[in-house]
Amino acid sequence: MTEITKLVHKYLRHDKKFPHVWCPGCGNGIVLGAMIRAIDRLGYKKDEIVMVSGIGCSGRLPVYVDFNTLHTTHGRALTFATGVKLAKPELKVIVVMGDGDATAIGGNHFIHAARRNINITAIIINNNIYGMTGGQYSPTTPYGMKATTAPYRNIEHAFNIAELAVTAGAVFVGRGTVYHARLLDKLIEKALVKRGFGVVEIITHCHTQYGRRNRMGDAVAMMNWQKEHAVRIERAGDLSEEELKDKFTIGVLADRDLPIYTEQYDLVRQQAQELTKR
Amino acid sequence: MSKKKKKKPRLLQGNEAIVEGALAAGCSFFAGYPITPASEISEILAYRLPQVGGTFIQMEDEIASLGAVIGASLAGAKSMTATSGPGFSLMQENLGFACVAEVPCVIVNVMRGGPSTGLPTNPSQGDVMQSRWGTHGDHPIIVLAPSSVHDSFEVTVKAFNFSERYRTPVIVLSDEVVAHTRETVILPEPDELEVLDRIRPSMPPEWYIPYEDTSRGVPPMGIFGDGYRYHVTGLIHDIRGFPTARADEIEPFMKRIHRKISQHFHDIQIVKHFLTEDAEIVVIAYGSVARSARRAVLDAREKGIKVGLLQLVTLYPFPRRDVVGTIRNSRVVLVPEMNMGQISREVKRVNEGMSRVATLNRIDGGMITPQQIYEWLIKE
Repeated sequence: MTEITKLVHKYLRHDKKFPHVWCPGCGNGIVLGAMIRAIDRLGYKKDEIVMVSGIGCSGRLPVYVDFNTLHTTHGRALTFATGVKLAKPELKVIVVMGDGDATAIGGNHFIHAARRNINITAIIINNNIYGMTGGQYSPTTPYGMKATTAPYRNIEHAFNIAELAVTAGAVFVGRGTVYHARLLDKLIEKALVKRGFGVVEIITHCHTQYGRRNRMGDAVAMMNWQKEHAVRIERAGDLSEEELKDKFTIGVLADRDLPIYTEQYDLVRQQAQELTKR
Repeated sequence: MSKKKKKKPRLLQGNEAIVEGALAAGCSFFAGYPITPASEISEILAYRLPQVGGTFIQMEDEIASLGAVIGASLAGAKSMTATSGPGFSLMQENLGFACVAEVPCVIVNVMRGGPSTGLPTNPSQGDVMQSRWGTHGDHPIIVLAPSSVHDSFEVTVKAFNFSERYRTPVIVLSDEVVAHTRETVILPEPDELEVLDRIRPSMPPEWYIPYEDTSRGVPPMGIFGDGYRYHVTGLIHDIRGFPTARADEIEPFMKRIHRKISQHFHDIQIVKHFLTEDAEIVVIAYGSVARSARRAVLDAREKGIKVGLLQLVTLYPFPRRDVVGTIRNSRVVLVPEMNMGQISREVKRVNEGMSRVATLNRIDGGMITPQQIYEWLIKE
């Protein structure tokens, strides 16, 4: 067993019924691996981590790992996470969502969590489709592509999740892909140590539902697509608009500091308690 | 704020008494969204909770509010939210989650006229069935209805106790009349109150089986961060908390979450008898209507009519034994309600021909007055 496999095994729940629910070639395992590596490097204890998810293929991710895990309702993961974090701010709360989960049914919760700047890390796995329910179009299905509920073509325009997060006020926003695994490890690590609401959008593939219907090939072909279409944010400035067409940027898109909700609320408590002493 | 004042009478409204009850029961987390006629509960808790080291947050909607309440409860805080009919509808999704994941929490629904945006803000009791069956799927639930300001305090303390002891969401079904009536009350001192906390696991973490059956049907509840790492999910799960599709695991789970309530009916079902012993006419009422009924019963007694009141504090699980026992010897039962007849159907269901069940319904946005009930009683 390679060192890296051994490391992942240290965090898996071996009393859980394996195998997992994901298709062969799915990127979710790469995301889980990257999260585990980042957590391990940071030396977090299993007991202090709460991993929260919503519904969908991404929602099944926490069940496999030996942390405090919470599999919530569709789109609502951030609301549960908000309660956990406020009740016990010392816990490290990581939320995993899919594109439909975070930006369709949970879109409102997503922008408000970013606006509040609660100290939570949100990992959004974007595969451009509702995979688990059978390949219906999501808010990130590109214009013109096909889905089971867009059998002719998708006429809606896609959200740019990372930019949405920046605009809504997230203090850290990164975008990576499952192809660029080392960058992904780093982005997740940075988001975890960042004080405030951190977001990492991860571009992945759903060859089963999205790729097959749009003739994009198998998992390997779709990962090659990620390789060819991703541009490091540091390099994006050197490229012309023409060269950036059909491309997306990866790397750290925003990193800033704003007051953190839990710390602000501590001050509110102090203020309230001083009032009662008078 | 409440420095030991020796049994000092206080002028409070129902919503304020709910806040006092919540704080007395140890509530340390509240998440809510503004809605009339429940907003006072949010406003007062926004002021009071930080004073006692607790947390208040106003969320982006009612779905988020109950989500945050469940999250906080999983992290160990006694948690509550408050809303009215439209917001309560939005909460139904996560209410089911709390039932299945067995997360203690208290949901106050101050009823106003519906359906939809309905009648803000006129009194109603139109959410009885929503509180029982609002969320999808078979599920047990506890619903308590206060009828006065003092009741609002007591019922809220009870709601927290039940939610903690039975690991279940508990609904406090108040109504606009109770919520906004101001009256002088003397609230119990902390040492006069029974306050219960959830049972926590005491075994070594590696022995902990989070959803294992117990004689009470309620497994001990691990708290996030306390070393009992486990999986919480809205999927039907096995005793370890992991999702299951096995029939031999699904059925025992479903039966247990129902049994943990049904085997404690004696504790959960609360009713108040008022002159029912020799009553030929029994009025069955709850909420603010019970108060009107009490007055009407007294007035009718003066006219020599043998009438009594059975006040339902617990609406669900429906107190069948108490209702049957009381109406068995009666000639007629009157169920006055500010709806088209929701609890009266439950009374008819358990009546089985023993007595005649009559209804008195008001759905015009007004409250049922003692006079209305009295007039019915003297005609009977």
